[in-house]
Amino acid sequence: MLKYVVKRLLQAIPVLIGLSIVVFLLMRVFSADPAPVVLGEHATREAMDAWRDAYGLNDPIWKQYIDFLWGALQGNLGESYYTHASVTDELMARFPATVELALVAITIASLVGITLGVFAAVNKNTAIDGVSMVLSLIGVSMPIFWLGVLLIILFAGILHVLPSGGRIDPLMQPRGGTGLFLIDTLAKGDTKAFVDALRHIILPAAALSMYSMAIITRMTRSSMLDTLNEDYVRTARAKGLRKRVVTTHHALRNAMLPVSTVIGLQLGSLLGGAMLTETVFAWPGIGKYIVECILKSDFPVVQGAVLLIGVIFVTINLIVDLIYVWLDPRIKYSKEEG
Amino acid sequence: MANTTDATITSNNKEQQVAKKSESLWSDMWYALRQNRPAMISLGVICLLAIIAIVTTIWPEVLPYNPYKQNMPQSFQPPSAEHWFGTDQQGRDLFSRVLIGTRISLTVGFSAVAISLSVGVTLGAIAGYKGGKFDTIIMRCMDIMLSVPSILLAIAFMAALGRGIDKAIIAIGLVSIPEYARIVRSQVLAVKANDYVAAARVIGDGNLRIIFRHILPNVLPSIIVRATLGISSAILDAAALGFLGLGVQPPEAEWGDMLGRGRNYIFSAPYAMLFPGLAITITVLAFNLLGDGIRDALDPKARKR
Repeated sequence: MLKYVVKRLLQAIPVLIGLSIVVFLLMRVFSADPAPVVLGEHATREAMDAWRDAYGLNDPIWKQYIDFLWGALQGNLGESYYTHASVTDELMARFPATVELALVAITIASLVGITLGVFAAVNKNTAIDGVSMVLSLIGVSMPIFWLGVLLIILFAGILHVLPSGGRIDPLMQPRGGTGLFLIDTLAKGDTKAFVDALRHIILPAAALSMYSMAIITRMTRSSMLDTLNEDYVRTARAKGLRKRVVTTHHALRNAMLPVSTVIGLQLGSLLGGAMLTETVFAWPGIGKYIVECILKSDFPVVQGAVLLIGVIFVTINLIVDLIYVWLDPRIKYSKEEG
Repeated sequence: MANTTDATITSNNKEQQVAKKSESLWSDMWYALRQNRPAMISLGVICLLAIIAIVTTIWPEVLPYNPYKQNMPQSFQPPSAEHWFGTDQQGRDLFSRVLIGTRISLTVGFSAVAISLSVGVTLGAIAGYKGGKFDTIIMRCMDIMLSVPSILLAIAFMAALGRGIDKAIIAIGLVSIPEYARIVRSQVLAVKANDYVAAARVIGDGNLRIIFRHILPNVLPSIIVRATLGISSAILDAAALGFLGLGVQPPEAEWGDMLGRGRNYIFSAPYAMLFPGLAITITVLAFNLLGDGIRDALDPKARKR
């Protein structure tokens, strides 16, 4: 097992170096010169040159890359063109918001998705099956940002029951702690702040969870249909076990293996891909930050953020693989996977 | 006696018909697809969208209003008999804009898939067939692209390339290459192990001939399914880029871009957000249903369910 983990970790290194090269080339070589954007159209040539010097943009490209990579290895992702703050600090400040949103969303998606999928499989070809399949189809077909907007119009605009954006009332914001407001407010026993944080997270989490929920529903359904046809399920039914027991204890348990993989992979993409949802709901996480920085050519931030997301993504995929191997002893981890 | 002969002939005819029907994968698939009502309705919707796209492009006069012409006094008219979908912040008729937007979405969908399909299939086939160094290098490059969510990569591409529908097509096409390469590679590996491939090699077929005559036809079904579903995700990605303001150049009408612009007036003019989003959802839904239908039609195991 340890050998496999080490091997996978070693495999991840060239991938991440490759990612850093791709992002670097995109931001520094193929992009237009950021100087006029950052300093404004009317900046003098000298000012722009001095600015480029300060950020090392006049150095040869290979030297810029080595500097970037060397810094990144030490946890220093450079500084923002605009605020001059450390990119690492800026990202770390926003990371908990993204994590909190992703965790709540994946929880909703898993609970609803597995329930719907199981009901659909057990009641195959009935109305319940039809409804859950239609729901999951709409879930993968609807743009997340549009769903977010519709939720805002309905719950904030028409019904006035939930806030349209933000993370918490600034006056109630907990200081220190994990940075996950739902946990921090609870830990401090501040129920009012907890409820406020909860009210803020419901809509973005619901919107963000929709796609993953649809995928999980479909996966659970097809996986359950496979296991429900297995001999051991028939045996269990034949020896007189109740249907519910067979469904949950025999079929669902075995069907969860591929589903758990899907959940893990979805969590990985939620952590890195909530740009649209965060933008729609003004959620102060990494996704919204990346979009803002791309729109104003703040390339060090984009570079750093993409690299960070790559590290998270690769790590989560690795963990998912390891859990899979651990859950299903039939899979040998020495086996080369595609 | 005569009756028996007649009966024999009829049954022979029937057998011939059946044999004819299962002649090719395609007629088989079409036959199965025709039984699938959602898929057929989706196919109809897609044809309708294609007609709208073509007609509004070559003959824009059919649109009730000029979709690009500003008319400030008419801004933010709610839906009415005159403006079915209302008007946007610049007084442009949203119905006309949604209709003309069909062209861009379909163009992006098909063109982006064409890019990722051609490059992905080639790379996947080389990796799977050649193996060794080729395989390692190609698949590690694919791993690099898969190491971040594809929409993030597409956004980074757009940030570097700049706005424009052609650039959106390239960005979306590029980031989906790994999916096709992976599917094709694994299928090629599976097909390559078959005896008929070994037989072809024994009788002296060259690599290209083996790939094109024996391997790719077997891989085709899964590629078609992937490509159909790929169109829907390309349309969604394009809408996302447009929504973030990284898509088309104004005054071009693109559904995602229209949603992005309408967002500032979400409470005062919610209808401006409703119809472009609906258009995206219907289009994507149609391609998803069709893709699912084709997959079921091609996979007899799934068909029985």
